[in-house]
Amino acid sequence: MSDRVLHVENLTVDIPLATGILHAVDGVNLHVDRGETLCIVGESGCGKSLTSLALMDLLPTKATRKIEKLELGGESILGYSEREMSDVRGNKMGMIFQEPMTSLNPAFTIGNQMIETLRRHRNLSNDAASELAKRMLEKVGITAAGQRLGQYPHQLSGGLRQRVMIAMTLLCEPELIIADEPTTALDVTIQAQILLLLKELQSEFDMGLVLITHDLGVVARIATRVAVMYAGQIVEEGTAKQIFENPLHPYTRGLMRCIPVPGKTKRGTPLGSIPGMVPSLIGDFTGCRFADRCELARDVCRQSDVPLRDPNGKVQAYRCIHSIEMLAKGGVA
Amino acid sequence: MAELMIDAKDVTRNFTISRGMFRGKQQLKAVNGVDLTVERGEVLALVGESGCGKTTLAKVLLGLLPQTSGTVELCGQPINDVPRLALARTIQPIFQDPYSSLNPRKTIGSIIALPMKVQGIADQDSMRRRVEETMDLVGLPPRLYDAFPNQLSGGQRQRVAIARALVNRPQIVVCDEPTSALDVSVQSQILNLLNDLRNELNLTYIIISHNLAVVEHIATRVAVMYLGRIVEIADTDTLFKDPQHPYTRALLDSVLTPDPNMGIPNNQLGASYPNPIDPPTGCSFHPRCVNAMPHCATVAPNGKADGGHYVECHLYDDAS
Repeated sequence: MSDRVLHVENLTVDIPLATGILHAVDGVNLHVDRGETLCIVGESGCGKSLTSLALMDLLPTKATRKIEKLELGGESILGYSEREMSDVRGNKMGMIFQEPMTSLNPAFTIGNQMIETLRRHRNLSNDAASELAKRMLEKVGITAAGQRLGQYPHQLSGGLRQRVMIAMTLLCEPELIIADEPTTALDVTIQAQILLLLKELQSEFDMGLVLITHDLGVVARIATRVAVMYAGQIVEEGTAKQIFENPLHPYTRGLMRCIPVPGKTKRGTPLGSIPGMVPSLIGDFTGCRFADRCELARDVCRQSDVPLRDPNGKVQAYRCIHSIEMLAKGGVA
Repeated sequence: MAELMIDAKDVTRNFTISRGMFRGKQQLKAVNGVDLTVERGEVLALVGESGCGKTTLAKVLLGLLPQTSGTVELCGQPINDVPRLALARTIQPIFQDPYSSLNPRKTIGSIIALPMKVQGIADQDSMRRRVEETMDLVGLPPRLYDAFPNQLSGGQRQRVAIARALVNRPQIVVCDEPTSALDVSVQSQILNLLNDLRNELNLTYIIISHNLAVVEHIATRVAVMYLGRIVEIADTDTLFKDPQHPYTRALLDSVLTPDPNMGIPNNQLGASYPNPIDPPTGCSFHPRCVNAMPHCATVAPNGKADGGHYVECHLYDDAS
């Protein structure tokens, strides 16, 4: 069996609107290996959440998904029926969402919801399922797990709820976990704890992890590989070290200059910023999508689409016409 | 000596929580004996986890919530004696979410002009001039005067909220999580703007934030709150270089700087935040503290001030 857990080729998501078709995700290729953490990072509206929903076939009904290849654990799940997909979701592929309050059902106890998952996918008896649920709650660091099973989501704090979500996701030992902003609603102290827990469990179960976030601090600390998305496309991809120490694409470089870093950026001095706004993705778009905000933009940038390329073969690919040398010199001041 | 803008002494704010029909009522001490001074030109940051009382304290300082006990003086005058309109001219808030803090059915111009109408400025021409001046100040193009909030981006909306707060030229601005609803590239623009405005208008800021990287960048002094009390307060450099309270250290350890060579920190905080209705005895931080000693569970620590660096912990308590 190969180590590749997820392989996606040419994913496109279109949303028809009154004013035209919104090309929300455009030609995204992704792959995740066992034990690897892929972080998809980008600002709101860049299509990162829609990408994750498209992988799970959970897009809103209006949106259409086009995809060339979608393999989970070496097996194509592209033509799966709705019923077959629900066998995959929660079983081979786990999901963790941003708001633990809204993703747990307030009308059922934690135990009920965990046992339901197990009975659906594993066909276990009630007792066996509740025993397994209890062990999993202990695994994610919840004390008095037996009592917690009888509690409702509103009786738990935000951090505990997110731990319950993680425990629930792990119940069927999925090969892949997709986490969409799993710590954004939490305090920094709890965020660090939850991320540490995710990382430990990931290596224990040898899972692939796709983490979607806008927080570059989180990305730097947890990612093996990073994909930076802008306006529906991946504009740069590489290892965490490459992206943070040697970013190439002008957008990635711009993002890095925007964040204050304690001890590095001097207090009171202005932070970098990216002028302009994300272009509208309604209708056809030719050329580099970042061109209007880019200081290095040339006429050619707007004339034809720029491919994602990896000239040195160093697994750091970027979507820009300029050479690595030119970008590394920091043409963007 | 710099001019004292806010002088709060032993401020407490309780909320009465009903626990059900026959179980009576209970007091939740959201802010529990806070001493705080803010000088002119300072940027004071309030940091802490959700539920520690940051926002309640800010509301008391804004005069939106009366304190249960203690005194708050605003520019030397007790806040409860300051007339409402004068208070609104001195101190103004900026809220977290620019998507819900702007009325969607009003134009940008009338949103920014509203505080002036409240203050009784009736002259249409001078009002329009002031609004345009203020829009220019916060970097909003004048063509947006007749636009509606839904036509604006998140960053522009936050600029409108800032313009609304500044239109009457207040001296103090309380920013409650001013950038946490915004994207990083927009966040940096708003932080730069707040910094420029401070220099230009000689403003005093109180900034509530859970993003310590932002706090480090913009604040001159930082107060760390835990369960309604300020457990440590110091100027920013001192607090970030030499944090003393174990909670401050855990909080700083939890900050994820974008450094791919570092892993995820283990802040050793263990148990989750305690229930504020039923706070722990003694030092309220002791159940989560790595340095907890036996008497921490029974005796509340006295604060110790060393110059401007105040810390409330038994580790530095001479008496114990």
